[in-house]
Amino acid sequence: MKRKFLAVLLLLGLLGTVLCGCGGGSADKTPEGGQTSGSNEPAAQPAETRANEITVGIAQDLDESLDPHVAVAAGTKEVMFNVFEGLVKPTPDGDLIPAVASAFTSDAATYTFTLREGVKFHNGDPVEMGDVIYSIDRNRLPGESGAEPLIPALAAIQSMEAEGDTLTITLDQPNNEFLSYLTLAILPEDYDGQDTAPVGTGPFKFVSRAAQDNIVLERFEDYWGQGAYLDKVTFKIIENSDSILMSLQSGAVDLFAHLTSTQAAQLGDEFNIEEGTMNLVQAMYLNHAEKPFDDVRVRQALCYAIDRQQILDLAFDGYGSLIGSSMYPAFGKYFDDSLTNYYTYDVEKAKSLLADAGYPDGFSMTITVPSNYQPHIDTAQVIVEQLKEVGVTAEIQLVEWGSWLSDVYAGRQYQATVVGVDASTMTARALLERFSSTAGNNFINYNDSEYDAFFQEAVSAADDAAQTAAYKQAEANLTKNAANVYIQDLADLVAVRKGLEGVRFYPIYVLDLSGIRYTALSRRDVVI
Amino acid sequence: MLMVSFLTFAAFSLISGDAAIAALGTSATPERLAALRAELGLDRPLLVRYGKWLLGFFTGDLGVSISYQQPVGELLAPKIRLTLWLSLVSFLLITAVSIPLGVLTAGRRRFEGTRTALNQLGMAVPPFFTGMLLSWVFGVGLKWFAPGQFPDAKEDFAGAAVYLLFAAAALSIPRIAMTVRMLRSTVQEELGKDYVRTAIARGNDRGQVLRRHVLKNALPPVVTFLAQTMAEIVAGSIVVEQVFVIPGLGRMLVSSIGGRDYPVVQAIVVILALWVVLAGTAADLINQRMDPRLRLGGAA
Repeated sequence: MKRKFLAVLLLLGLLGTVLCGCGGGSADKTPEGGQTSGSNEPAAQPAETRANEITVGIAQDLDESLDPHVAVAAGTKEVMFNVFEGLVKPTPDGDLIPAVASAFTSDAATYTFTLREGVKFHNGDPVEMGDVIYSIDRNRLPGESGAEPLIPALAAIQSMEAEGDTLTITLDQPNNEFLSYLTLAILPEDYDGQDTAPVGTGPFKFVSRAAQDNIVLERFEDYWGQGAYLDKVTFKIIENSDSILMSLQSGAVDLFAHLTSTQAAQLGDEFNIEEGTMNLVQAMYLNHAEKPFDDVRVRQALCYAIDRQQILDLAFDGYGSLIGSSMYPAFGKYFDDSLTNYYTYDVEKAKSLLADAGYPDGFSMTITVPSNYQPHIDTAQVIVEQLKEVGVTAEIQLVEWGSWLSDVYAGRQYQATVVGVDASTMTARALLERFSSTAGNNFINYNDSEYDAFFQEAVSAADDAAQTAAYKQAEANLTKNAANVYIQDLADLVAVRKGLEGVRFYPIYVLDLSGIRYTALSRRDVVI
Repeated sequence: MLMVSFLTFAAFSLISGDAAIAALGTSATPERLAALRAELGLDRPLLVRYGKWLLGFFTGDLGVSISYQQPVGELLAPKIRLTLWLSLVSFLLITAVSIPLGVLTAGRRRFEGTRTALNQLGMAVPPFFTGMLLSWVFGVGLKWFAPGQFPDAKEDFAGAAVYLLFAAAALSIPRIAMTVRMLRSTVQEELGKDYVRTAIARGNDRGQVLRRHVLKNALPPVVTFLAQTMAEIVAGSIVVEQVFVIPGLGRMLVSSIGGRDYPVVQAIVVILALWVVLAGTAADLINQRMDPRLRLGGAA
């Protein structure tokens, strides 16, 4: 009897200890953004002591290494864009401006960079040439145990020579896109904590992260350039779409990007909705190794059978920009608008093409869609209905993201899939390389010698004009062969609380915090 | 618990996609996948990997999270704490509301229909929906708490308590309804028994009879049920944590499964299994305390 009583007491004691957190780990620094007192006031109410900080909501955690050379998820790179910089960095217009380098010149196959004076890492150490070479080599050389380099394109570097504060990089042949790769982050050579406590040179420095909860960034006081306006930004992770809405309305969150049109419509007067583009190529990707998608007539029939404008109207409230190939408008000179409406909505033409190909009564197919991307699910549902008109019975198969990656993307076990593909670097090559027949990420199994020729021509082109023309021909090839049913570049709807301004859209998937600030009127209340 | 941990481990081999491809995402190439798998030890046979994990577990080493590169214990400690608090508050809420409610309404015929209907409603409405409703009405509408901004308990204990209360309410309502129904039926059953009639005939106060005798007999099945509920709550908290944006164990479990973060999933599953076992044991102990017949080895 006594022993049992003691056991219960012990149990209760243990419970109490865990609950009070004594002796437990304290990996949990969860500062809140936007409020200085309590939790009942929404942030929008101007209080005398409102802090110069905001809370940004994101729908997915950065559940991977924060090391910028290693991180692969678009969501991670989107946030950490504010923490790291390369020798050059992108502008909202898609140009590259000097960052860690103060100036650069390029002459065919030779690039010369001048290291900027006074650039500091977030840990206080000055940036030196050794750090630059270390950062480039880390991406250029094969990893330990022979793993392939992180940025294979850097194999084009023939030699790197440093003299004082000048770095000269010589390529083995001229390459107009090479500069884009030098947006790779410059990291301190002697620091190995990047996975969990990253250190860079950007306008914001990393402070802390609590898994599945938040990430905190703070203004870097010693930034070399014009620093950020905000003192602190807290990224809050909210997966549930209704909770996203409520967090915005309650004042918990001040900014949320990539909203659906439904969510944006439900937000009231407290918010401005900024519209940019997601910079994705959304398409129904077809597996060319599967019948009947190996027949160009069938693929073209699908292109004629799908009314893309209707998809935009039904699933996205009209938002989005139509595309006709693997390229989106934000890429400027590489985008060929004449391809956008190459395939008009024509049910009769679709039926006759199918009949030619031997499917007068249509056929059935499966569209595999990742279950965590509602836009693609919605798109697929509209497609299913549209395909019925031409006799094609499509069935949607929802799979979890991990399964999609392993079965569809890596394993190529699918017939069709609806997904959005992004450009990992701001180069046309990033969007078009995967369709060359030998590419490792050619998940649609595209095999066209004419395409390969165009792509090779572009990659080894001597000047910008020739390169752009060759890339455009590659794009046209994709359209004419109906490699996939290209749909749109989705609109990026960003809810911004009134009183905040400075959101800038880039042609890549990033969230630039450095320009965001409270407007002059609302700033009057800020305590400096 | 050995079975549970092994089954979880084995389950991961059955589903498509592993930690390597989850980590590499769309930048995966066959070479990179192979290299990462070797690094993570995923190319070793299942039993070897399981054995390694088991060994680590018994020496207190839960491993390192593949996704977050943090020791699993450190990663989960604050989340366990939070989910435990949520479960406790829910449990107290369920007990505090359903026992009086169940006892008081037992044997009363008035408004039987309405009461049954309400009860059914309570059981049927999912916590997800109730949670959203509560957030909407009390959070966005009345501003009693700010959905999405769970305060740090160290800085604002009252705020955190209120927030948890609402989350707990969403979680508890279906279970309150179930407990009430169960309690009513057991109490009613007891009330019909001879000893009750005898006691009342003898002149004992009805309330006293209820408390001293009936409750003691009616409670054991309810206590067992509550223990099961306690175990269940932790599972139900997954959904409530997502709706109320609380960084608890449930959300961590879901995201870790999706991200194939084996060490974290293993640890959480073992913790949950432990929790179920403890809840069951506690229930047994309480029941034995109340009813000598249930004690092993006869009455004390």
